[in-house]
Amino acid sequence: MATYTLTHVERKPLSFTLPVLALAGGFAGLFVGTAQGSALLGVVGGAVLLAILGFVCVTMLDGAKERPARWAITIAMAVAGFLVGSASGAVVGFLFGWFFGWFIYWIGEGRYRANLVPYLTPGQVLWHYTFRVLCGLIFFFLITPIVVVMPLSFNAEDFFTFTPEMLRLDPEGYSLKHYRDFFTSPDWQQALWNSVTIAPVATLLSVTFGTLAAIGLSSEHVPFKRAIMAILISPMIVPLIISAAGMYFFYSRLGLQGTYWGVVLAHAALGIPFVIITVTATLVGFDRSLTRAAANMGANPVTTFFRVQMPLILPGVISGGLFAFITSFDEVVVVLFVGSAGQKTLPWQMFTGLREQISPTILAVATILVAISIVLLATVEVLRRRSERLRGMSPG
Amino acid sequence: MKLTKTLMASTALTVAAGAVLAQDMADSMTLVSWGGAYQRSQVNAYADPYKEMHPDLEVVWDESSAEAVAKLRAMDEAGNVTWDVVDVVAADALRLCDEGLAMEIDPEEHLAAAPDGTSAEDDFGDLLVGDCFIPQIVYSTTFGYRTDMVPDGVEPPSDICSVFDLETYPGKRSLEKRPINNMEWALLCDGVAKDEVYDVLATAEGQQQALDKLDTIKDEVIWWSAGADTPQLLADGEVFMGSTYNGRLFSVIEEQDQPVAMMWDAQVFDLDGWIIPANLPEDRLARALDFVYFATDTQRLADQAKWISYGPARQSSAPLVGEHAELGIKMAPHMPTDPENAQNTFLYNYEFWADYRDDIDAKFQAWLAQ
Repeated sequence: MATYTLTHVERKPLSFTLPVLALAGGFAGLFVGTAQGSALLGVVGGAVLLAILGFVCVTMLDGAKERPARWAITIAMAVAGFLVGSASGAVVGFLFGWFFGWFIYWIGEGRYRANLVPYLTPGQVLWHYTFRVLCGLIFFFLITPIVVVMPLSFNAEDFFTFTPEMLRLDPEGYSLKHYRDFFTSPDWQQALWNSVTIAPVATLLSVTFGTLAAIGLSSEHVPFKRAIMAILISPMIVPLIISAAGMYFFYSRLGLQGTYWGVVLAHAALGIPFVIITVTATLVGFDRSLTRAAANMGANPVTTFFRVQMPLILPGVISGGLFAFITSFDEVVVVLFVGSAGQKTLPWQMFTGLREQISPTILAVATILVAISIVLLATVEVLRRRSERLRGMSPG
Repeated sequence: MKLTKTLMASTALTVAAGAVLAQDMADSMTLVSWGGAYQRSQVNAYADPYKEMHPDLEVVWDESSAEAVAKLRAMDEAGNVTWDVVDVVAADALRLCDEGLAMEIDPEEHLAAAPDGTSAEDDFGDLLVGDCFIPQIVYSTTFGYRTDMVPDGVEPPSDICSVFDLETYPGKRSLEKRPINNMEWALLCDGVAKDEVYDVLATAEGQQQALDKLDTIKDEVIWWSAGADTPQLLADGEVFMGSTYNGRLFSVIEEQDQPVAMMWDAQVFDLDGWIIPANLPEDRLARALDFVYFATDTQRLADQAKWISYGPARQSSAPLVGEHAELGIKMAPHMPTDPENAQNTFLYNYEFWADYRDDIDAKFQAWLAQ
């Protein structure tokens, strides 16, 4: 990342600093005020408070002693938060203080222009940061429902409720009992075992068939390529419930309904389109002359595939496999139809658990699954980067 | 001497017959139930003791009772019925029986007599509704309320009509998202006498009257569809009072220690029990019948009440109801059938709802959408 030092960072006039700070303070005050009972009071109080702080920091202290001033704001806000809402209030106050301490100087000293090219108009600068804030909000919107679940899974009670003890950060309000329940209950353990035995086999089948199909479809001499592609992709497009009902009747006739292999095959069928799409995408950049060169040197098609083609399209195969794995691991509709109680997977158990008994054990399981997914994706990404580096495909 | 020989021979024969019978039974069985605490009580009271007697048996539970009718239809159509014994509410049992999806039961042959010799038919009495239904429990749909949300200086609600009294008892209510029970309660609180409720509800004006009464609290109602919703809403303090199954409220009050109390007034009794799918293969049928015979005898039904506050369907089980298995509290006062709780009750009218359900459902849904 290059740093721009062209821009002259200078203190902004108070006629700019104070209204901006008041606006930000009013916005923050809206939340605090609403939580404490009076939104209007919060807005006015927040605006006035921040304007005064800004005035003190920028004008009276003359921008000097920045570090002590910021610490003072942070600690003062944390103490105020503690008085209002004890431990959790203190945490919120600390975060508010820390942020606004930085924000006052960022605005007041004009630092927000530091990393931007100097010829931007104020409107462009505003848009630059508005865009960032919007992106942040979208990110927040996507991630909050997942994050909210995590503290709730440590609830000491059997409900999806933030109890007063939890909000006070009282250790009494937290417990690991839902995790204990997950690891000791035979129902959950059976479901976990089923998921763990079904998903990898389904993934293996999807990856094998999907990759073969993608390679076949990318060679020039296959007739009706588009039609075949459309049919193979259809499990992804047809509403799941329709595939599920169809599979139910079809598999019943074949005697596969309610068996392990029935569920594996159904999940493989759902996973194949993901593999086809990702592998087809990587094959676009694959140079056909490489296979011809390999053949020219005496390699048979199988050797060519494993030694030449496969390593080059591996990223596509792996990401397709990941999608296929996650499809099988998350899938609840098809397994409800095609499986019987003996093939109850984790999502099935979560689904019945949610319907019949709202128990935070579901949240504990969700938290564990999220953690596993993060570890899994991170591992794959690290391995991918490592292999790229080893093969000299990317710098660093 | 001769007598002893005869006795021994007949004992040997009986043992041999028993062995043959056991061989003829399937060694795995799929039971369908509702999940949660209710299913746990069945595992503890029926399935675990039964497994002790038959250690080779594999028991699989499927929590699909909520969609049992639809699933059994699909299984029947696909010619692949994978369930052996299915727990359903009485109304569903009647539907399955009418459609020929459930096996007809002869109480004298298929169910155990009471310990004092009373026949199963008399022991279950009126609760044997339909030809296929094997009753297990009596449960009720009733109200619970947050004790800490009762306004100062006001008596806690003890009358069903306090649900409709927003002035004395302000706050949200949770009601089930279907007309059954709600329409009856609305009419009761709109001045209709208890024994005339279904006559009034049979007329279009009566239905409108019930909806008009519900309209007075519509803005304050959160509608639930799963039995676990009201307990969650009560625990959250989202609602002041809400209807749900009495066992769920028992769990909230006694097991989870929430500030909630029961309001038993005008509780609506309903039944839950087993059905056996029609046309099972012989070995699985033998197993299912053997299990049901065991699981619905007097002691087993009484045992179930150790884990959940639903009343056993047999009269002979009532005196055997003891204490909660973990909490050690007496269970009898928590039964919906306890005289103290059953001062004012309502029996769900199967015939009425079988005839009028579609019609009233449509009106109710249309009213909801307004």
